[in-house]
Amino acid sequence: MTVRALRRFVEGLGRRTLRGVEEFGYVAALFAETLYWLVLGRRRLQPVRPAAVLREAMHIGIQAIPIVSVLCLAVGVMLAIQGIETLKTFGAQSKVVIGIALSVTREFSPLIVSILVAGRSGSAITARIGTMQESQEIDALRVIGINPVRYLGAPMLLAMLAMVPALTVLGDVMGILGGGLYTGLELHVPLAVYAERALAALHVDDIRQGLIKSVVFAAIIALVGVSNGFQVRGGAEGVGRATTRSVVLSISFIVLADMIFTYFLNR
Amino acid sequence: MAEPPTPSAPPPAPDSGVEPVIEVRDLVAHYGARRILNEVNLTVMPGEIMVIMGASGSGKSTLLRHLLGLRRPTSGTVRVLGKDINRIPARQMHALRRSMGVAFQGGALFGSMTVGENVCLPLREHTKLDENTMRIMSRMKLEVVNLGGFEDLMPSELSGGMTKRAALARAIIMDPRLLFFDEPSAGLDPIAAAELDDLILRLRQAMNMTIVVVTHELVSAFKIADRITVIDEGEILMTGTVEEVRASDNERVQNLLHRRPRDELVDADDYLRRLTR
Repeated sequence: MTVRALRRFVEGLGRRTLRGVEEFGYVAALFAETLYWLVLGRRRLQPVRPAAVLREAMHIGIQAIPIVSVLCLAVGVMLAIQGIETLKTFGAQSKVVIGIALSVTREFSPLIVSILVAGRSGSAITARIGTMQESQEIDALRVIGINPVRYLGAPMLLAMLAMVPALTVLGDVMGILGGGLYTGLELHVPLAVYAERALAALHVDDIRQGLIKSVVFAAIIALVGVSNGFQVRGGAEGVGRATTRSVVLSISFIVLADMIFTYFLNR
Repeated sequence: MAEPPTPSAPPPAPDSGVEPVIEVRDLVAHYGARRILNEVNLTVMPGEIMVIMGASGSGKSTLLRHLLGLRRPTSGTVRVLGKDINRIPARQMHALRRSMGVAFQGGALFGSMTVGENVCLPLREHTKLDENTMRIMSRMKLEVVNLGGFEDLMPSELSGGMTKRAALARAIIMDPRLLFFDEPSAGLDPIAAAELDDLILRLRQAMNMTIVVVTHELVSAFKIADRITVIDEGEILMTGTVEEVRASDNERVQNLLHRRPRDELVDADDYLRRLTR
């Protein structure tokens, strides 16, 4: 009995690993195909249309500005509260500015923005492509002679690569501002002085670190979203399953990638 | 209602030496380990309306997907307009697609675009026409399918029959030589279905297209077909004119025509084995 259970477990593990490898290959091929269309689309008379990229950028970026601002402001306030409380122990509360500036730009802003975009737009991408798959719209594109990766995938990836870093910069500003507002109230530091100290604490490298991460996170969200959408099977339920899966996978990969990047970028 | 028009000249016979528009040879297809199509052979001649008829699950939709180049076969060849669509380079396939129009079962109109934009899409992708010309052309095609004035509606605002006609307008916008129509009458009331049948006949006469219709509707098939291919369990049972199909002594063909349920030869032992497996 235990042998049988063990065998079933190993078999299941093997099957899942195989599926994982297969899916990784699929995502890699999708990425390669997207790059192909971005570079050679015009020569093949199938250009990636700027209008489509702009439309996606509106959905992914511009419409996310309010929520990104609010969340990053809140994170900044939260960091200020925690930082001041912790640093009080050493009587070094005035150093809180450095902590806020560095942690927001290097870590919190790219992470919060990416998780938000994964939940907002990654899910929407999967749901949209999945629904199109189910209603044969993807087939219709192919028989019209429009490559679906070029028409749907490439604009989404491009818009994501542009908008997630842009939102991260916004998040940097709002996070530091949020910290400044609380610090001003608690430690009576004028905002101008706070801003000056924050700028003095920041190096170009800190901003760059956040931006490099955000580009990687953007690619993760777009590729996971698009690939899950194209793989939808099984009607409305399938679309729902794929959407959930897309968000969970994106966020998991983002956090894992963040850990790995932080390790390598800080050594 | 006016009599459905008849074609001016009958399409050439399959063995007349004229090159067929579609030629399928020994097509075998699988979904996973399950064999869906078994040694399928099919010839469609220029200008004819070929109806591929079969019950659901017979493999007719899979056959259509192979004709459209949406699936690769396990073995066998599919030649469309003289080209082996599984062997030609992507560029040639892209060019070939301009000569093929497809109207899908559910219409497959893009939900984010208006009806007019949907109809224009192939023009936008394949030609360099200016907006005005494209708009006029799409209006013309919408008039052909009796949808004049509906170009600014969204697909979600159309009824089932209108959706199918809009899909048809998109399929014929490039004036294709070959038109595929998947289940034209499925889900429609009898009048809308009859209108669509007339429209298919009119189109063939007006535009001299070759039309392949996939359907399970007998009435519709008998009305529009020059020849009918009957498919069952992945095998072609017969191909022939309406009269030949009606007169066939093949039991499975007759079962389909008379809507008889499939003979279920229940082997008691086998049945028990299946249950206790």
